Amino acid sequence: MALKVGDTHEAVVIENVNRTHVVKYAGASGDFNPLHHDDTVATGNAGYPSVFAHGMFSMGLTARMLTDWLGAASLKKYGVRFTRQVWPGDTLTSKAEVVSIADGLATIRVWTENQKGETVVEGEAVAPAS
Amino acid sequence: MADEESLITDEMRATIGVRSEPTICEVDKLQIRLFARSVGHVDPIFYDEAEAKKAGYRSLPCPPGYLGTPVYDPRYSDPTFGGRRGGARAPEPRRPLKRILNGGTEIEYFDSICAGDVLESTSYVSEIVERKGSIGDMLITTSKNEYKRKSDGKVVAVMTGTGIRY
Repeated sequence: MALKVGDTHEAVVIENVNRTHVVKYAGASGDFNPLHHDDTVATGNAGYPSVFAHGMFSMGLTARMLTDWLGAASLKKYGVRFTRQVWPGDTLTSKAEVVSIADGLATIRVWTENQKGETVVEGEAVAPAS
Repeated sequence: MADEESLITDEMRATIGVRSEPTICEVDKLQIRLFARSVGHVDPIFYDEAEAKKAGYRSLPCPPGYLGTPVYDPRYSDPTFGGRRGGARAPEPRRPLKRILNGGTEIEYFDSICAGDVLESTSYVSEIVERKGSIGDMLITTSKNEYKRKSDGKVVAVMTGTGIRY
């Protein structure tokens, strides 16, 4: 697919995040930080209202929107900042916009919003423009 | 001077640029499938090797965000995170900080990474910055993780991570 500046794409990447989603990611990534799966730890000393998803889980979900759109190994560079935590019950929509193209590579702004329209992840990806 | 107040101790500054012992990360089919499943990929190239080869890959390619699994060995692996335990404990800031957040991650790819690859990962702290915000003291640590493929010595990816303590 040939990308043009201004092209956009979006997809719902997960509906109603639950603890099973989080545990699956913990197992796949090997990151068993109890803040992500053990409510006793998350709400205890750490003081969170509940467990929350791994930042890298949101990063992986957001990337899925990009690879579904652009192809599995399309990304040359992919970076995100985690701006809000993702909580059980959240539904996430990932969005992308091509902001520039140079030397055959497209720079794409990416971000993911929760059901309240709050951004949970924002960043940038670089992929071949065609 | 202002340094009196700094969260960052000399001991912390001395860790900047010091490379870790390498960790071996194996990229295997089982773990690629598990990772792809956990973030909901439905493209068969992440699951079916014949489909991956048809698409031009040597085997199942890594989904974005997956850079192999550190080989777990209880002699030197961290029981919570799976990676190599840091030898000495990272030095603590001058004032205690209770919470930690993953502030961001960037991965730069220099080649495709597929099942069968064995990567040697070496990490180091590249920068430590402090800020005072509405939530009080914040310490922002940037670290780099370089992934070198053992079979050809090529650096296939560099991951930059930002950790925020507050």
